[in-house]
Amino acid sequence: MSTPVVQLDRVSVTFDGAPGPTLRDVSLRIDEGELVLVVGRTGSGKSTLLGTITGHVPHFTGGTLAGHVRLLGRDTREHRPRDLADLVGVVGQDPLAGFVTDTVEEELAYGMEQLGLGAATMRKRVEETLDVLGIADLRGAALRELSGGQQQRVAIGSVLTAHPRVIVLDEPTSALDPTGAEDVLATITRLVHDLAVTVVVAEHRIERVLQYADTVVHVGTDGVVTQGDPATAMVTADVAPPVVELGRWAGWSPLPLSVRDARRRATAWRSLAPRHPDRIPTDGPTLVEARDVVITHGPVVAVAGVDLTLRGGEVTALMGRNGAGKSSLLWGLQGSGDLRSGSVRVHATDGPRDGVDVHRLDAAQRRRHVGLVPQSAADLLYLDSVGAECVQADRESGREAGTCRGLLDGLAPGVPDDRHPRDLSEGQRLAVVLAVQLTADPPVLLLDEPTRGLDYAGKAALRRSLHDLTARGRSVVVSTHDVEFVAETADRVVVLAAGEVVADGPTREVVVSSPAFAPQVAKITAPQPWLTVDDVRYAVGAPS
Amino acid sequence: MSPALPRSVHPVAWWGWALGLAVAVSAVTNPFLLLAALGVAALVVTSRRGSSPWARSFRLYLWLGVFIVLVRTVLHVLVGLKTGDTVVLPLPEVTLPSWAAGIDVLGDVRLEGLLRAVTDGLRLAVMIACIGAANALANPKRLLRSLPGALSEIGSAVVVTITVAPQLADSVQRVMRARALRGDTARGIRALPRIALPVLEDTLDRSLMLASAMDSRGYGRRRVVTPGARALTSVCTLGGLLASAIGIYGILDSSTPGWLGAPALLTGAALSLAGIWLGGRANARSTYRPDPWRAAEWLAVGSGVAAAVAVRVVLRADAASLGMPLDPLSVPALPLVAVTGLLVAALPAFLTPPPPPPATRGTTTRTAPIPVVAT
Repeated sequence: MSTPVVQLDRVSVTFDGAPGPTLRDVSLRIDEGELVLVVGRTGSGKSTLLGTITGHVPHFTGGTLAGHVRLLGRDTREHRPRDLADLVGVVGQDPLAGFVTDTVEEELAYGMEQLGLGAATMRKRVEETLDVLGIADLRGAALRELSGGQQQRVAIGSVLTAHPRVIVLDEPTSALDPTGAEDVLATITRLVHDLAVTVVVAEHRIERVLQYADTVVHVGTDGVVTQGDPATAMVTADVAPPVVELGRWAGWSPLPLSVRDARRRATAWRSLAPRHPDRIPTDGPTLVEARDVVITHGPVVAVAGVDLTLRGGEVTALMGRNGAGKSSLLWGLQGSGDLRSGSVRVHATDGPRDGVDVHRLDAAQRRRHVGLVPQSAADLLYLDSVGAECVQADRESGREAGTCRGLLDGLAPGVPDDRHPRDLSEGQRLAVVLAVQLTADPPVLLLDEPTRGLDYAGKAALRRSLHDLTARGRSVVVSTHDVEFVAETADRVVVLAAGEVVADGPTREVVVSSPAFAPQVAKITAPQPWLTVDDVRYAVGAPS
Repeated sequence: MSPALPRSVHPVAWWGWALGLAVAVSAVTNPFLLLAALGVAALVVTSRRGSSPWARSFRLYLWLGVFIVLVRTVLHVLVGLKTGDTVVLPLPEVTLPSWAAGIDVLGDVRLEGLLRAVTDGLRLAVMIACIGAANALANPKRLLRSLPGALSEIGSAVVVTITVAPQLADSVQRVMRARALRGDTARGIRALPRIALPVLEDTLDRSLMLASAMDSRGYGRRRVVTPGARALTSVCTLGGLLASAIGIYGILDSSTPGWLGAPALLTGAALSLAGIWLGGRANARSTYRPDPWRAAEWLAVGSGVAAAVAVRVVLRADAASLGMPLDPLSVPALPLVAVTGLLVAALPAFLTPPPPPPATRGTTTRTAPIPVVAT
């Protein structure tokens, strides 16, 4: 047999101060041209596993590595990441954070310059890579001005020019909108198919990559790693996208991995009566009324005349491309972002009849009317322990001591008081920020991309928290790219494009027919109006 | 001769040209020559600067020059030595106590002294404009890229620092906005830890991510170097440093023997250069599309040197014509050789290739969709 491209031989990784090893006795073999998908719960050690392959663990992160990691025979014990640069390319979650230069062409050349390639070779490879990735028209562009999807493709290109044998991607699409993610995934599959590059990719939204994967590597929370054929590995994995969940419930074997596979199995369901559980129509009181909101950032029109009414007891999802004006609209609704024209009025039960203009309130009063959890939620935390953050939240909201802590225990039980906010998992940190913002008890809560970095269980916990809020008559707005989360959580979907509302209605009506926003279950069972596995369970009854 | 194709001229060539012009100006207080030099610098900048942000910085240097002339004039009026006969502005003189004797505060402003101050200020302003011209013409990032191999990593570090600065501003803004969400709009020293802590964490995170990305892309890779070669490099750099130090000492201290001066300094410089060259060989790095050094580069450097040489020649033959004649006051002369030298320095404005057009983005965001006409 040929030499494997990547070989892990009884590898264990233990970080200083950790109670146990993050990876336990891992043996893996990855051959040339394979697309390997690494799955697992948040914090299970996916990134650590990828780090061992690139040599960052332990050279960059510290910790103790037992066993051997070999890349085409080169042992990471003797080779630092920089010595492996001609074999392994690494692409991270945030492409902008890894860019060294500032234009596309220079960035593509940077890795080759470090390797000391000849000028003619570099010139040729830059041109080839521009073509392979379809970004030739961006060659002179400034990296900071590109869209997220374009940046990520440049990041892939910049490692590709060094002609590595393996490319390791750690959640390459988690910051992208569905279209940008599709572009990046198409690029990745092209690498595997046309260039015979071995690709190792970790991804939270498994549904996007699973169908292309040759092998699935599952990292358990106990550090045990298993490798297998996708259809077999997903039967027992502790993370499962809707298509797998549906397959498991229906007892299909082998498990379908793509919408196409599942659709062929689900033919019988299409003729069933189109029953679905009725979501209780929301007729809560109007809490926020935005009229003709226009928001500009310099010459750019971010929001162009949006009318929006938010009612109590309703989860509204705000969807649309990157740069469609979702974040600007949320900040404008909260009152911290300036409006160019229009008004946002908040109605409180004990307030004036025609509501209060949030833009006239000061920051402390505003957060009692509308709470906002921004995209980088950790910006809200600046103290050195969870307990101190909770005490501070009680004080600044004028609530009795212990309110915030109580809320936090409801959202995510068991977060220790003395833990530093940075040492929490993504889900726990989100829960702390949510608790801090809910301490002021605002009737309206806005969340900007809250599902980033959450696994399926984390998203389910968030969904329960949001539904608890709406059950108490609050109104929740979630801006997100995550169609599956929307399908399970939202009562209403508002789609923005170029700063204007292009669709506004009940989730079922808006997403089922949309090619970009339809969840997997809807695609599998179309023309049935089902969005989630629960919908199917309700309608089909028992699997046949 | 057909006009040269657009390309950017080597940044080192622009610096050579600008330094030549600055050296020429440094010996001149004749306002005609100074203004001619300023005109030459401005002409070359406006016709050969690129489209990058720093290309627009020339104007800032001009304002700095105006500021210098003004400050020099005001200082002259306040405390300067007022020489000459023609009083232009009668002012009372303030008598200072005996411990500050020798300083004239205010007093009649006389034309000769004033003109001396203004031309002195103008000379400094034009020299600064020359440096400004180099800065506007030569992309500093490209200049760093043409550093020798041993220093290229320092160049990378500087480029990264320049790139990170706007990100820091972004993250300060983001944290300020986030604080408002917690109802915290306190300003001043009390708010500092609440802004500084998240910003610092953010910056550290980014730096670590960048360091890790650069590491995995081969930053700091070394060729295998034999111990002998490594020792030789160390000997060259250390020896060069030592010899340079001795040489400088020898030049500054006249009581030391002559061979300790310039010869030692030259040996030191040669050894240091050899050390840098040897060290660069251990670095595997290469440069993508390096700026070529062709006729246009020689022309730019040569024209700068020509200006400097012409002015030096005039300085030897007829030094008075380079100055502002104040005693007696008269119209400054126009030394032909010096003027010709300065005009030669204007040649790059016509004979070097024009700068490449600004890079355009292939796709533009937020343009109105093209209406589709149904047929």
